[in-house]
Amino acid sequence: MAIIGAGPAGLTAAVTAADAGCAVCVLDLGERPGGQFWRWGPATGDGRFHHGWPAFTALRDRFAAHVAGGRIDYRPGHAVFHVGRPRYGRMFRVHAVADDRRREHAAVEAAVVVIATGAYDRQLPVPGWTLPGVMSAGAAQALLKGSAVVAGRRVVVAGSGPFLLPVAAGLTQAGARVVAVVEAGQPLDYLRHPAGVAAAWRKLPEAGGYLARLARHRVPLLSRHAVVAAHGDGRLQSVTVAKVGPAWERVPGSDRTLEADVLAAGYGFVPQVELLAEAGAGLRAVASEGGFAAVTGPDQQTAVPGLFAAGETTGVGGADLARIEGLIAGRAAARAVASVVGRDSGGAAGSARGPVVPDRRIERQRAALRRFAAVMDRVHAVQPGWTGWPDDDTVVCRCEEVTVARLRAAIDLGADDVRSVKLLARPGMGWCQGRICGQAVAALTAAHPRDRDGAGTPGHDETGHDETGHGDTGHDDAERAVSRPLAQPVPLRVLAELGRDDEDDAVSVD
Amino acid sequence: MPEQPRPRIDITVDGAAWSVPADCTIAAAFTEHGEPAWRRTRRGARPRGLNCGIGVCFDCLVTVNGMPGIRACLADVRPGDVICTEEGSGFGEHSS
Repeated sequence: MAIIGAGPAGLTAAVTAADAGCAVCVLDLGERPGGQFWRWGPATGDGRFHHGWPAFTALRDRFAAHVAGGRIDYRPGHAVFHVGRPRYGRMFRVHAVADDRRREHAAVEAAVVVIATGAYDRQLPVPGWTLPGVMSAGAAQALLKGSAVVAGRRVVVAGSGPFLLPVAAGLTQAGARVVAVVEAGQPLDYLRHPAGVAAAWRKLPEAGGYLARLARHRVPLLSRHAVVAAHGDGRLQSVTVAKVGPAWERVPGSDRTLEADVLAAGYGFVPQVELLAEAGAGLRAVASEGGFAAVTGPDQQTAVPGLFAAGETTGVGGADLARIEGLIAGRAAARAVASVVGRDSGGAAGSARGPVVPDRRIERQRAALRRFAAVMDRVHAVQPGWTGWPDDDTVVCRCEEVTVARLRAAIDLGADDVRSVKLLARPGMGWCQGRICGQAVAALTAAHPRDRDGAGTPGHDETGHDETGHGDTGHDDAERAVSRPLAQPVPLRVLAELGRDDEDDAVSVD
Repeated sequence: MPEQPRPRIDITVDGAAWSVPADCTIAAAFTEHGEPAWRRTRRGARPRGLNCGIGVCFDCLVTVNGMPGIRACLADVRPGDVICTEEGSGFGEHSS
């Protein structure tokens, strides 16, 4: 079995499957197990700045024991760029670039693959957001959790979602002055979904702890407000905060300026589903504008037999849900391995065979946490009014430095869909492969008024470019935009090796 | 919060000797040093530093011991690292 990702979901799946007797290979981008939620380093090995640390150390100990015992083959520092099943084969092949300082090709064969690649912060482009000092909320958190370094002295934490609270609380704990927590949504809306909130009552003390810490430090919490611009000469010096309405439209005359050297912004999370999309797993749109998550069955298996997804890739729900999905995926994947491998060899995976016994208690917990995640997604969904915040000179695509004006020029030339805008103006064609700007480009393209008759040719993207190779008619622009034959930058040298090593695996799926 | 002094190591950044925490990422070393930017963009030569912080955005690229395009947010700093901030693509050529 191969597991991609060593965060809460991947680690749990790995130890569960190894407990059941499977040989597991864990490939992870990070240098240490834990993922982003439990990102840590020697400076934070005592668990400070962390939540749920004892749960992590217990999991890490079990993981380490399996690594020492040879049942888990742990590959840190591996950027997995493709998961495919070579034509006519029963085995998946996982390709990675190993060790960023050397960049060598690594390939692993597996009967079953679990993808637990997590999620990353969604950011919204506003004037000045490319200034050094403007970063994702997760970036500020990662500096603290992983390196015990505080991002700045005066920090504004902005965006939407409960994640802003631990970020702000951590920064105050580390000695930064958090000038304000700016939330675009209306947290009182949680009261309109009492059943969903009650389902996850265990989370309430955690939120209360963060709020208490912020209150002690007199950190103002603003709701229905947003950072609509960032300012500075070569680095961030101040931000403009404005009131926003229910659709996040900026309220005129409500601007105020806050001095800050860091803006930590996050409007929820984007599931990292690129490997899943490319491998043919079905995706579903999530309620918050423009996001996608993998569709899985009750056992966390996708539409591709033997390919499982767990954690944030199936919809953002937090670390507790990720661990539960990892547990279910680990058990089911171990049974799947036994059915593929055990049939031939009667191998060590035999202990995982037998009838599937659903674990009702675990499934109930998963259902409750998913109900809460759905409420969270609704309360903090990105609202279309944000498209009024950027001005013409605002950079949308950070990699290719494409401004709003250039997007609009492309649309005025007749580009009526994201793909054509991309071909004309190049947003999404840089290093990050459109991960940071993709949803923003789609939203800004949709929001731009078409005032010319005949601009664009509706539906013309349906002809001839099925770059996913799946022939699905359901792949619309945005869904296609998350599928990438190579999900990470790959040196040409590695691609050349790939061609030599697996002639039968010319980056083709099924 | 009472802090015991962190172990530090020596590295070189654009030819200058820096003392940085031994147990952090390259991005954290720049941040701790008070430097929020370590790259200039290909087209506008704009300063960039840490953005996503978790290996997704590729905005924080640096050249480490001659290897360009290293994600500073992911790579731990190591004693004796020779780090160069990047101009343009970081591969030495000029595009557009």
